[in-house]
Amino acid sequence: MLIFNAQNKSTKKLAKPLFIAGLLTLGLTACNDNDNETPPPVDPPTEYSYSVTLTNLTYAQPLSPVAVSLHGDAKMWQVGEAASVALEKLAEGGDSADFIALENNLATATAEGPTLPGASVTVNISTMDPQATYLTVATMLVNTNDAFSGLTGVDISTLTLNQEKSWRLNVYDSGTEKNNEAAGTIPGPADGGVGYDSTRDDIDLVGYHSGVVSKDDGLPSSVLTQAHRFDNPAVKLTITRTK
Amino acid sequence: MKVIKKSPIKSTLSVLALALASSNTMAQDLSITVTNLTQGLYFTPVITAAHTSENHIFMSGEMASDELQAMAEGGSISGLSSILTNADANINENPAAGLLAPAMSASFDLTNDSTNTHLSLAAMILPSNDGFVGLDSWKIPEEAGTYTVFLNAYDAGTEANDELRGSGAPGEAGMPVPPPLDPLLGMNGTGVTDMESNDKVHIHRGSLGDSDMSAGISDINNSVQRWLNPVAKLTITVK
Repeated sequence: MLIFNAQNKSTKKLAKPLFIAGLLTLGLTACNDNDNETPPPVDPPTEYSYSVTLTNLTYAQPLSPVAVSLHGDAKMWQVGEAASVALEKLAEGGDSADFIALENNLATATAEGPTLPGASVTVNISTMDPQATYLTVATMLVNTNDAFSGLTGVDISTLTLNQEKSWRLNVYDSGTEKNNEAAGTIPGPADGGVGYDSTRDDIDLVGYHSGVVSKDDGLPSSVLTQAHRFDNPAVKLTITRTK
Repeated sequence: MKVIKKSPIKSTLSVLALALASSNTMAQDLSITVTNLTQGLYFTPVITAAHTSENHIFMSGEMASDELQAMAEGGSISGLSSILTNADANINENPAAGLLAPAMSASFDLTNDSTNTHLSLAAMILPSNDGFVGLDSWKIPEEAGTYTVFLNAYDAGTEANDELRGSGAPGEAGMPVPPPLDPLLGMNGTGVTDMESNDKVHIHRGSLGDSDMSAGISDINNSVQRWLNPVAKLTITVK
């Protein structure tokens, strides 16, 4: 189960004025019920733009190219629920293609490359869709089996122009791959192993990550070292509305 | 403690509620969800209480009470329940009807009397010797809305963290092993430590564990049953 509480919010800012304008000029009714139809071009459509900056707070965990999406009221994952295959691919292999392609996304953007420890990346995202007021950001900690960080389904409808909001983000575990830290199972530079594997051999529930153990702290079969350990928070995220 | 406030309600209703709350004449209706954020820890029966600002079921840097020790070492909340009852607290016990499994949530309603302005929570974390997830006297907001509080794991400071199968009785060594934990734990560990030199309540340093299910120093599985804070999320809706 992927989508939680999905619903159209027709009362979001500007949704109502657009809707009323549509009624007045074209006599359309119920034009707001379909996500996929853009409203009739009665006014110059309003564009919403955001700048999303992500900072890697870890010591030696590169972050996979960050995926950013705007959508309606929904969560792309939830503690206690099974991960979608799209999330599994992101969390095990850093591949965000399916995650970005999820059909309830109304606007998407991805970083061009990984974000190294200590580095920051800024991704700009724009939308004309007045429903696209919920934010999801996700990125894999690539020197792990299936750790990812991010946030999902955060309401940004109240952001005013140039207003910014920040979070310090914890690390989730997609629950889809055992944290055995074994050679060949970790896609990051610490191993260069396999990313996504469709087999689910862990709890199959999303939760918070327990951290990596590493061969230096009692897991002799691990390819990771003390350097790959991390703690919460792992990521700083800032969103600024720019338009 | 990180507190995140969401969606303040600006209706006349909430203004009314605020006015009444500030005149201290009315109880509040709370809807609470506790989520076990971990993938490898079980929580023993959770106790949550609204109480006066003077009450604490634990405090960092202070010795644990006998009642807290019984909860932290064996999961028994009857002692805490008694002292909270004697303090005229509003109490919810065991909302998960047993262990709160990894990644699971339990929800309940709590109506707090106007004088019971602060919220506390405790549950033992398993596997551990005397670890518990706790919230110490969080001021309940007067404004209607939904609030999120992340909770850390504490060590009661009452028992050495030997990380071995053993007893849940206060003062006896080892970790209690209820049925769901039994197949998940190792055995025949030699013990991580027999000392508990910090006898005050403190943030748990985490379990060490090992990767050997039939020997080693610990009966805890280091790639499954360690944790990073926070270990729980509390979502509180003030109606």
